[in-house]
Amino acid sequence: TKTRQALNTDIRDLFKSEGRLVDDEFLNELFARLIRTDMGVASAEAVRDDIGTRFRARVVHFDDILESITAQTRELLAQESTEIQFAESGPTVILVVGVNGSGKTTSIGKLAYHLHSTGHKIVLGAGDTFRAAAVEQLTVWSGRIGCEIVTGKHEADPASVAFQTVEKAIEIGADIAIIDTAGRLQTQTNLMQQLDKIRRVIGKKIEDAPHEVLLVLDATAGQNAISQARGFSEAAGCTGIVLAKLDGSAKGGVILPIREQFQLPVKFVGLGEGLEDIAKFDSTTFAKALFE
Amino acid sequence: MFESLSDGLQSAFKSLSGKGKLTEGNMQDGLEIVKRSMLEADVSYSVVEDFMAQVSERALGKRVLLSLRPHEELVNIVHSELISILGPVDPSLHLKKDGPTIIMLCGLQGSGKTTTCGKLSQLLKEENITPLLVAADLQRPAAIDQLHVIGDQLSVPVFSDKGNQDPVAVCKAGVDKAIKDGNRVVILDTAGRLAIDETLMAELKRIDKKVSPDQVYLVVDGMTGQDAVNSAGAFNEALELDGVIMTKLDGDARGGALLSVKQVTGVPIKFIGTGEHFDALEPFRPEGMASRILQMGDIVAAAREAHRIVDEKE
Ligand SMILES: Nc1nc2c(ncn2[C@@H]2O[C@H](COP(=O)(O)OP(=O)(O)OP(=O)(O)O)[C@@H](O)[C@H]2O)c(=O)[nH]1
Ligand SMILES: Nc1nc2c(ncn2[C@@H]2O[C@H](COP(=O)(O)OP(=O)(O)OP(=O)(O)O)[C@@H](O)[C@H]2O)c(=O)[nH]1
Ligand SMILES: [Mg+2]
Ligand SMILES: [Mg+2]
Repeated sequence: TKTRQALNTDIRDLFKSEGRLVDDEFLNELFARLIRTDMGVASAEAVRDDIGTRFRARVVHFDDILESITAQTRELLAQESTEIQFAESGPTVILVVGVNGSGKTTSIGKLAYHLHSTGHKIVLGAGDTFRAAAVEQLTVWSGRIGCEIVTGKHEADPASVAFQTVEKAIEIGADIAIIDTAGRLQTQTNLMQQLDKIRRVIGKKIEDAPHEVLLVLDATAGQNAISQARGFSEAAGCTGIVLAKLDGSAKGGVILPIREQFQLPVKFVGLGEGLEDIAKFDSTTFAKALFE
Repeated sequence: MFESLSDGLQSAFKSLSGKGKLTEGNMQDGLEIVKRSMLEADVSYSVVEDFMAQVSERALGKRVLLSLRPHEELVNIVHSELISILGPVDPSLHLKKDGPTIIMLCGLQGSGKTTTCGKLSQLLKEENITPLLVAADLQRPAAIDQLHVIGDQLSVPVFSDKGNQDPVAVCKAGVDKAIKDGNRVVILDTAGRLAIDETLMAELKRIDKKVSPDQVYLVVDGMTGQDAVNSAGAFNEALELDGVIMTKLDGDARGGALLSVKQVTGVPIKFIGTGEHFDALEPFRPEGMASRILQMGDIVAAAREAHRIVDEKE
């Protein structure tokens, strides 16, 4: 069922086997296909104009153009490393942030499982003390994984839950603590400041923590994801992105302008709701799927 | 961004002033800028194309008021056209006189379905109607708990059957319970699912067939991008939607996906969600949404004022 049949982003359609003349009509069609990936008008124009400059009035073949666009995308998304930045010593603290419903809690469950199964000892912190049954939701995940979880009461101070989680990690000698936060919109100033407070409180316990602040973006999101990346980076000092729900028909192309503007690396992609439905981000696979 | 947009329009239309009528040639640049703005608001490409074709047809030959620059006239036409396409409004839940009215909420993962169950309950409670909420999401961890917490907060009963693996059976049992208990409204909280997930879409169809909901609403995240046409199309095809609720419009998302959803499904937009609390549900108003998507409020205001003055004189 997880096929890509439903996609209409098939650039192949644009090209007959004998090739096509690159003219305005061609470039418009190309632009439409690019827009459908959610890369945004500016990025799509840049790609289109580049193709126009290089190939206008020529007859082209699918592979030429596809290779060209994919290469550019891959280059843009090529990043130092998608590895988690681990603490030099003591527990590594990962804080997870993002807008409502983007996939934070689920991504934490999957990431924790991934790290757990590669031999790490994990503690989860149920820092969403606001949303109905958010604590129960993360508790179910901790049960599936078989790892510790620190919870607070409903409407407890999330910063204190974060603090206790880090304490717990130190106490039991865990090497990774992953802290969930309530969903919030980047325009909600008070709630964004709360993230800064959580950061500071964690830093009191372990000096250079949090070592990672992962922003979870929903792959179905459009251009607002740019505003999310800006807002959460400013308030919470994001170090990387988890692109959730990439198993749907949405392409997640908005990470292209985000990468350009904020240099935030995508570290993981979410590919479903099961324990193993997470993968390290791979720019080649992503670039290829974008234009499939 | 808004400024550069207006600047672009000003220069695009400078040459037009005083020409009197909108023509194909003199509209082109302005239409291009409006189109760009709509794409930046996340309206799906195909929807933008169709919409712009429709607008330019309507605008062609329209008189440009002397006191207005032509681009102001064009933007005003675009704005009115958007309003008419997003309408008509229908915030009614169409409650039946006899027997329970069954409302089913469906949509992609995390769009806001369960929260919206609470918001609709609050709305009904204000009219002294106590709905029964049915926990038909057997997929997401603690989804049943989430609905129970919401029910407790609002003092609204929640039907759930924790051991049951079959959402179709749960919905049926929930409806039966509402009939027995005399609840006038039943709200089914279904699991989030991808439109391309054939198994889960088929499951939704089975629920639809089994309990025949009176109102099926698609809950759409206000931050959705280009994929809105695909997902809304698939849900509408599977279920014949009766309405749309767009959530998370309390942020800075322009919500252009709503236009895509409206064009694809043709069903009324019922409410918008503007927060996480139960009172953050507003009846849909096309005017506000049109302005939000277009983001050319000052131009529209100027054009309207000019028309008002002329209308008064005539
Ligand atoms: N198909 C799919 N669904 C996902 C993925 N990640 C999360 N989800 C689903 O999306 C919905 C929301 O996920 P959550 O993890 O609760 O999102 P959240 O960001 O923690 O939400 P809040 O805490 O309410 O802000 C759930 O139904 C998840 O199962 C993914 O990669 N693919
Ligand atoms: N800011 C804001 N948040 C909202 C709104 N509606 C829902 N939410 C939040 O969005 C997140 C997801 O909401 P849910 O009601 O759990 O979404 P759902 O569609 O039931 O999710 P699944 O059952 O996992 O598919 C929660 O954090 C809600 O509090 C809204 O209008 N504004
Ligand atoms: Mg969560
Ligand atoms: Mg739900």
